[in-house]
Amino acid sequence: MTTAGVTATAEGGKDIGGNGVGARLRRKEDARFLRGRGEYVANIAMVGMVDVAFVRSPVAHARIRAIQKPTDLGQHVFTISDLTDVKPIVADSGLRGFKSSSQYVLAHTKVRQVGEMVAMCYADSRSEAEDLAEKVSVEYDELAPVVDMLSALESGAPLVHDHWGDNVFLETRVDDDLRAIRERAAITVRRRIRTARQSMAPLEGRGVVAFYDRRLDQLTVYSAAQMPHINRAGLAGCLGIDQGRIRVIAPDVGGGFGYKGILLPEEVCVSWLALKLGRPVRWIEDRFEQLTAGANCREHYYDITGYADVDGKLLGLDCEAMVDSGAYSSYPFSACLEAAQVSSILPGPYRMERYACHTWSVATNKAPILPYRGVARTGVCFALELVLDAIAREAEKEPYEVRLANLVPSEAMPFVNITNKYFDSGDYPQCLRRAVSALDIPKWRERQRHAEPDGRRIGVGLAIFCEQAAHGTSVYFGWGIPMVPGHEQCAARLSPDGILELRIGAHSHGQGLETTLAQVANETLGIDPAQVRLIHGDTALTPYSTGTWGSRCMVMSGGAVARACAEIGKRVRHIAGKLLEVAVEDLVLEEGEVRVAGTDRRMTLAEVAHVWYRAPQLLPIDVDPAGLETTMGYKPLKDTGTFSYACHACAVAVDTELGTVELLDYVVVEDGGRLINPMIVDGQIFGGAAQGIGTALYEEMPFDAQGQPLASTLADYLLPGATEVPAIQIDHMETPSPLSSFGQKGIGEGGAIAPPAAIANAINDALKDLGVEMLESPITPRRLLAALAAAGK
Amino acid sequence: MKAPRFDYERPTTLESALELLGGNRDARVLAGGQSLGPLLNFRMTQPDLLVDISGLSELAETRDEGDAVVLGARVTHSAIEDGRVPDPSRGFLARIARGIAYRAVRNRGTLGGSLAHADPAADWVTVMALLDASLIVRGASGERRLPAASFVTGPLTTRLRTGELIVGLRIPKLSSQARTGYFKFNRKPGEFADAIGAVIDDPQRGVRRAVIGATEGAPFVIPDAAELLRSGSEAPISRAVTSAGFHAGTYEHRVHCAAIKRAVARLQ
Repeated sequence: MTTAGVTATAEGGKDIGGNGVGARLRRKEDARFLRGRGEYVANIAMVGMVDVAFVRSPVAHARIRAIQKPTDLGQHVFTISDLTDVKPIVADSGLRGFKSSSQYVLAHTKVRQVGEMVAMCYADSRSEAEDLAEKVSVEYDELAPVVDMLSALESGAPLVHDHWGDNVFLETRVDDDLRAIRERAAITVRRRIRTARQSMAPLEGRGVVAFYDRRLDQLTVYSAAQMPHINRAGLAGCLGIDQGRIRVIAPDVGGGFGYKGILLPEEVCVSWLALKLGRPVRWIEDRFEQLTAGANCREHYYDITGYADVDGKLLGLDCEAMVDSGAYSSYPFSACLEAAQVSSILPGPYRMERYACHTWSVATNKAPILPYRGVARTGVCFALELVLDAIAREAEKEPYEVRLANLVPSEAMPFVNITNKYFDSGDYPQCLRRAVSALDIPKWRERQRHAEPDGRRIGVGLAIFCEQAAHGTSVYFGWGIPMVPGHEQCAARLSPDGILELRIGAHSHGQGLETTLAQVANETLGIDPAQVRLIHGDTALTPYSTGTWGSRCMVMSGGAVARACAEIGKRVRHIAGKLLEVAVEDLVLEEGEVRVAGTDRRMTLAEVAHVWYRAPQLLPIDVDPAGLETTMGYKPLKDTGTFSYACHACAVAVDTELGTVELLDYVVVEDGGRLINPMIVDGQIFGGAAQGIGTALYEEMPFDAQGQPLASTLADYLLPGATEVPAIQIDHMETPSPLSSFGQKGIGEGGAIAPPAAIANAINDALKDLGVEMLESPITPRRLLAALAAAGK
Repeated sequence: MKAPRFDYERPTTLESALELLGGNRDARVLAGGQSLGPLLNFRMTQPDLLVDISGLSELAETRDEGDAVVLGARVTHSAIEDGRVPDPSRGFLARIARGIAYRAVRNRGTLGGSLAHADPAADWVTVMALLDASLIVRGASGERRLPAASFVTGPLTTRLRTGELIVGLRIPKLSSQARTGYFKFNRKPGEFADAIGAVIDDPQRGVRRAVIGATEGAPFVIPDAAELLRSGSEAPISRAVTSAGFHAGTYEHRVHCAAIKRAVARLQ
């Protein structure tokens, strides 16, 4: 089933009809979602359920001198002294020199971030639990906080973890001798580039309902989670009980984006309390907790130098990169998930001779940095693509011309790049050219020659990247975090009435897997997608999986479903062969039937299933006993990942009086390999691009000098909405990956990667005559006007 | 976060409402709840008693007084937006209402509630000061009228006394040649304003006013704005914004200057 060769189709993304791979099938799950009938954690009500509220630290860094429980209801309040049997959350990387942090689920001697939980209170309602929390008094001995990652590295900086001796989780180095290219470089550009700390904002926050089932001696935990099997493993470790005694169910989940791929201390606390009380216990995160204590991501700093020849051909890069990792290493991705990746992905889709990169994962008194759609790639793309544009300005060339001179050409594919990444397939230059043409850059250049009637300045910008996705065992083993993905599994069962049940351990929370995996089943078995049920997100019902992350499900779960369905097909043909008394080789699976080729003899899948389960007297004695249920594992033979890629190009109008930016046009040309459902891919790109626009222009979690997060509501933390996201033109290329089952590539994150770079480049293009260059995201009116003022404009 | 426990009353007469508000308990008025709701949930206000005024039908009434229109305090933003109440402003108020927050907020949020809450970035705080409206306020000792231009004294603080309730607004009618201009600068439609510029040129009534809104506190009223209204006059705008408390060269100064300039350009 592997598709070999590189055949980019000009008409990528067009509906090929049918119900299989490539069809723009409407989403099955929308029947409930669009009617508001999803079932989320907060919809769950149980008799005798209590609500939890946490006492959270109001300061960023302090020693706890004393905690005073209220005298009347003290038995409803718990501190770490009560949770003595609970182990802290530890997520170490195996990379040499990584320093371990212990995140106690309730503060232990010290608090290291605003919002860190100090005590857990329960009552019959959240409101009463909060009343109780207000009565808990905590004495803090405040310590100087570490708020900025650059000053965190200075000698004499306060220490987040006293015994470390510094504030560095991990330092990595890619060394190279740059002397030769430094001498040859006609163009040298050095930039200091920053991306703000953000807060990923799924519509639904985190939430947990836990209860103990006496009959099964099992703790059942409903959690808004992307990776329920990993949550189970983490919970079992912290609570010190067997994984078999824990069942984690992720019901409908209102968006994950990485925030729900983390084991939260709240989950551990609530689970512990459910075991202690023998009653259902609930905690539903509110937006205040989410913004100020939980969902933090993205904060990068780059000191990056690009060396190029006189035409802008890249000779090499030299970079020092830092990521503000916050106070603790989060389970399972660790505190170095961003910085340690920066050094391997910074060269992007380009060729170069030399490359050096030095990274630091820095500990600060802020919430732990968590994975967010595009993990590390959004910051890397921003830094690299701003440098490429700076080189183009030095070379006095169109930015796309400079990129064309540096992109890995299609004839070099597959290509091993300077950091040993294996680019499996694609035509990067064509992707760029199509974006230039779709945006019509010459048209905008012409418009730039004339003053706008409203005084705004026009700019065009673009960014191109490639994205490793669905990378597997060999990649993650080297990283050495608590989770290494192996074979992804699917358990398939043809039920007595011919319904196909597919069970996967990953979870679908916006990806549309209930539809796309049914399309894979259709492709393999010929079964109507309406006859396919996807069961996911429940550790008791599904095979183990590391879950949904890393743009992996369509490749990994898709491959597993294809393999399991092929096995079911084989067994169906075996049984039908016995019943129809024909050789298996003469049977084909089409349209929900098993047919004798070249005749009108046939049985439906339901008829075959009926005989196997309900009329076994019809089966001959030598029928294979394996039946119509199987679990199959899948992993590409080469597990270095599929490389999807995209070019984003946009035109902007910059209002230099107010510092605002309007997106006038926005184009995405992307190659996700063979698209299982182009409509769903479009949705992924729209959603990702909206988040990328947020990163570029709106979203920022600022902190004051004391480490107080300053955006505590969605009035302070601005997200792009309908009026901020333009109609995005999407052009699909479809270069099949030689590595995956249908040629598909992971594309779930890509939409969020390039917008900050493309938009910043467009703004800088608009402002280049004013001598203004924006190097920090988000590019807010305040930042833009400050830059203009600094330039005397 | 969830609000702590409080008592709740929904009186049906103004007298009983005033009695509840004038009692010994720490009482807050619940009108549309669009600001009070979040404040309660954040526990930033923890009243003993909420007095829900949605049962006071007289606060939803409107009347034409010849040279002015009186709008009851419970009139919603969307009622103004939709033209369901008399308009003294030749369409100006409806244009403003359309830009307040989002439709769901406008359906519940009220004119009186917005002024009583006194967020400096709120549209009505600036606009009622511009139109020289007066607030009709009732308390245990009777009724008094307060000019909107000096009603807000700081962020979330007003001249309203404990136990008093805004019952309506008296808004002078604009003459047939009056022109108004408004520019609100916010990062996204519906978000809180970073700057507001509001101007009116009504030669028949001899009114040439400007208001710098979305300040640190009270709206900054320029009663004689003839110089500002002459187009292209940047220096007086800059001086006015400086007088409103914004230092030249700051972000706030720049955006407030731009807001007034654009409000003038939009006079219609």
